[in-house]
Amino acid sequence: MTKRFVYMDHAATTPLREEVLEAMLPYLQDKYGNPSSLHSAGREARAAINEAREKTALALGAEPNEIFFTSGGTESNNIAIKGAARRQKHKRHLITSSIEHHAVLDVCKELAAEGFQVTFLPVDRYGMVSVEEVKRALTPDTFLISVMTANNEVGTIEPVAEIGALAREHGILFHTDAVQAVGQIPMNVREMNIDLLSLSAHKFNGPKGVGALYVRKGVYLAPLYQGGGQERKLRPGTENVAGIVGLARALELAVEEMPEKSRRLQELRERLIDGLLKIDEVVLNGHPTSRLPGNVNVSFNYIEGEALLLGLDLEGIAASSGSACSSSSLEPSHVLLAMGVEDQLARGSLRLTLGRGSSDADVDYLLAVIGPLVERLRRMSALYPRQH
Amino acid sequence: MYNEKVIEHFTNPRNAGEMPDADVVGEAGNFKCGDIMKIYLKIDGDRIADIKFQTFGCGAAIASSSVLTELVKGKTLEEAQRITNKDVAEELGGLPPLKMHCSNLAADALKDAIKRYLEKKKEEEAQS
Repeated sequence: MTKRFVYMDHAATTPLREEVLEAMLPYLQDKYGNPSSLHSAGREARAAINEAREKTALALGAEPNEIFFTSGGTESNNIAIKGAARRQKHKRHLITSSIEHHAVLDVCKELAAEGFQVTFLPVDRYGMVSVEEVKRALTPDTFLISVMTANNEVGTIEPVAEIGALAREHGILFHTDAVQAVGQIPMNVREMNIDLLSLSAHKFNGPKGVGALYVRKGVYLAPLYQGGGQERKLRPGTENVAGIVGLARALELAVEEMPEKSRRLQELRERLIDGLLKIDEVVLNGHPTSRLPGNVNVSFNYIEGEALLLGLDLEGIAASSGSACSSSSLEPSHVLLAMGVEDQLARGSLRLTLGRGSSDADVDYLLAVIGPLVERLRRMSALYPRQH
Repeated sequence: MYNEKVIEHFTNPRNAGEMPDADVVGEAGNFKCGDIMKIYLKIDGDRIADIKFQTFGCGAAIASSSVLTELVKGKTLEEAQRITNKDVAEELGGLPPLKMHCSNLAADALKDAIKRYLEKKKEEEAQS
């Protein structure tokens, strides 16, 4: 089989779309005005940001003045969670899940170190947070619930609308890290009772270094930085005009193409999962149905994920793993461990995430390459039972 | 992140697999990242006549195991015992800093095998 390049790491990042680059280019070249300037060049840039804000709001079912542009998902999460905590006068308790991205988890740990009480909710074997558990964790002191819309590793889609309803009923703020969900599955902040939502452009074929935070009207956050008056002082600093224009255009296109793309990716995903499960001693991680259209996560018994990634990379396939050896922490994925996946299987996990450019040929190629590779690694594994 | 030599040993590992008639089997586990390695030795007099390895671990662990078997094959037990993790990493042309601990695994498993072999021999001598 001829070697080809197959990108199956869309949950890490996605390529910038041609149409998005085209929309951005003028603001990197001729239309270089500072949106805060009074003159025509400034007004031109300001108009572009206003339009981008309207498009972004429309894609989320929000109002334009509820959208704040940031540098990405990490910053949005920091502003949302720390910003909410620092506005609190009396309440000191927040609730999150144990499978959040580090951009939420570590923010909560930081707040815990500052004296806040944090509940890290457990998840079931599919990586699902239970609404009942959220309810049980509520105290009169709770001011914030933060649960991700969809998990970045296993793709499990969380019951955010129900959690949102619960939070609203109790007058508690609800934040969701929707970095993996926006542009992939339908999102509506009104219908889902979301008060704060983080998103990142490069996860839906937009540029890196730009994101947004939705802040429901009437919710006030303490800014993390002081500076100019940009983004109504919540995120001061000269706007990343081209990035913001790119974000909005990418989101507009993603929402427009979502029904068709989602159906296509789900078909590819199912074929990929079926093919992988034909290999001996492979298990699917995550939920069988409540799952992002492009996410596949499996564990191979007896082999270590980083070795598998390296083998795939040498065949031209870009993938990801929850293995300890592929991270800088030397700990296997906190998500898989929270789901109760045993240590060795967590170390042997492989994440394949499909996206806009993924094709049938990509799936065929991966399935052709991975069987022999797994076999080869197992034969040299110290854990593989004696061969007959 | 890995150099060509590491990749080459990962792709074409030397002496990988089981050795059913080994004289001794050594084992090492790396508590840091959960890697496990087995070394099988066939010993002739005081020399390592044959060696095989099995490793559950990342690319660096597999390449370290492979290069170690090349380093010690044909050596006396005394010479083999002096091999350090630094020798293994150097022979590979260096490992990324985060992966240096992987080279310990191979040297530890070899040392364990030699230790067990010497203990076994001592016992046999005492019995005879």
